[in-house]
Amino acid sequence: MTKDSYILGIETSCDETAASVVKNGTEIISNVVASQITSQKRFGGVVPEIASRHHVEQITLVIEEALANAELKPGELDAVAVTEGPGLVGALLIGINAAKAFAFANGLPIIGVHHIAGHIYANQLMQPMEFPLLALVVSGGHTELVIMEGHGSFKLIGETRDDAAGEAYDKVARVLGLPYPGGPQIDKLAAESDGQVVFPRAWLEPGSYDFSFSGLKSSVINYKHNLAQKGEDVNPFHVAAGFQASVVEVLTTKALRAAKEFGVKQVIAAGGVAANKGLRASLEETFKKEEIPFYVPPIALCTDNAAMIAAAGSAMFIDGIRGNLTMNGKPGMLLVSWKQ
Amino acid sequence: MIWLGIDTANTPISVALVKNGELLIEGTSAMAINHSLRAMPAIEELLERAGLVPADIDAIAVSEGPGSYTGARIGVTIAKTLAWTLGKPLVGVSTLKVLAANALFFNGLVCPIVDARRGNVYAGVYQYDAGKLTEIIEDGHYSLEELIHLLEQHSSPILFVGKDTVMHQQKLIEHLGQRAVLAPLQFNLPRASSLIFVAAQSEPETDVHAFVPEYRRIAEAEANWLKEQVKDNDRG
Ligand SMILES: [Zn+2]
Repeated sequence: MTKDSYILGIETSCDETAASVVKNGTEIISNVVASQITSQKRFGGVVPEIASRHHVEQITLVIEEALANAELKPGELDAVAVTEGPGLVGALLIGINAAKAFAFANGLPIIGVHHIAGHIYANQLMQPMEFPLLALVVSGGHTELVIMEGHGSFKLIGETRDDAAGEAYDKVARVLGLPYPGGPQIDKLAAESDGQVVFPRAWLEPGSYDFSFSGLKSSVINYKHNLAQKGEDVNPFHVAAGFQASVVEVLTTKALRAAKEFGVKQVIAAGGVAANKGLRASLEETFKKEEIPFYVPPIALCTDNAAMIAAAGSAMFIDGIRGNLTMNGKPGMLLVSWKQ
Repeated sequence: MIWLGIDTANTPISVALVKNGELLIEGTSAMAINHSLRAMPAIEELLERAGLVPADIDAIAVSEGPGSYTGARIGVTIAKTLAWTLGKPLVGVSTLKVLAANALFFNGLVCPIVDARRGNVYAGVYQYDAGKLTEIIEDGHYSLEELIHLLEQHSSPILFVGKDTVMHQQKLIEHLGQRAVLAPLQFNLPRASSLIFVAAQSEPETDVHAFVPEYRRIAEAEANWLKEQVKDNDRG
């Protein structure tokens, strides 16, 4: 029998300061998130300098609370896993330097985790991953279809050519005059709507697994503009429902086609937009009909958190991946396999 | 009593270990290196060369700004994390005061300067007296004109320290004439040993978790937001 492993995860890539302890890569022992949403709301989006200032204020408190809730001393940990990228560089380097200082002071190894690998591994906290696996990653910065043949193996088969899904949600929310963050607002209006404006679907070339959402965003802006010229107001419910229907249909259809083509044993959704109720419902229904196992973590594990970083870090730890004190924030870090 | 000192608040980086009032080792460099990448390896190397381990550190001194927002945050994040996890006291010292401490025995005023772009500087004015530095003009973000105006109220000679002084020397000499003295090169970099010297005379932070850089300026987005609020109030 092998010894249990305890990994401390730290995440500061955007506007959440988070720390968590995960046991054996699958069990959350503690999970602390300090959100900046109330502060950032004033600016209608995340201001990097403000985000960095908040991270410095929160970082040691959040780590202390994660350890206290786990009832563990630093010496009882096996490693520190921290988000290395992608993200806001000034925000990333607060987590990274805190992680390096903490690891150095306590003689622990440090592991740099890709933020998206973290989102995908959030699923490992709910049920074991089975390969080959298809991950649909949808967040403020990402819209990707990833095939995994095993732990630490990532093959990108499709990605967005312009806006990420979450970005499109935020921009359309702004057009509708909805407060930041826009995604949950649109989801709510769409759910309550009694009709919808039909917007185009961006399928791109036949066979492509890529996405594009900027055309859809322009359609919404044009629609509002045309009504304004006639002196009419938009019905925000109908626009939200129509916009969401277009995004959800494209995401669901491409995910299903990829799942069939690659003969995957499991489909998982990951990232902040995976918290969207309309998208979750569509994916659940579609894969249930096709009898392909589909999972999406609970909402608290879809939005940014450190348990997912600790979960991915645990898988890397098992595979012997170690970083060192020269680790630095990589704002444009690519998702590459750590194992073939 | 072993002190670790860290200054990454501007382009230069300096780290030092002081044991019982004696400087064991110091590393200072003015090259534009990446502090986020280099600061922790520099601290690791320092301890290794001194034959010490992290648990041997009794107190931590850090340069808290003003200067580069990112630079100050890197030093502060490392210092507060080390202090918290090692359970040791933390002392934050003004980046400007650290520079002023390079010129302790100057008979007059000492004015550390860090360039803040667009004709602005971070500066303060200090005087050395009875083994201590006293603040004569508060650290802040000043336009060069404002600073010169403040300095013109004093009649003693003024020693300017900091490697950014050279960018502004022409105007300083133009307005202050012979009273303006420019520090030679070896006094223009922050030294972690000077930082520790000042820190040892100061009170430690009461709440390490709450410790943040002294930016001396609110973020641009926040300044714009505040302006909007005032406008809205005027309208209302
Ligand atoms: Zn994310």
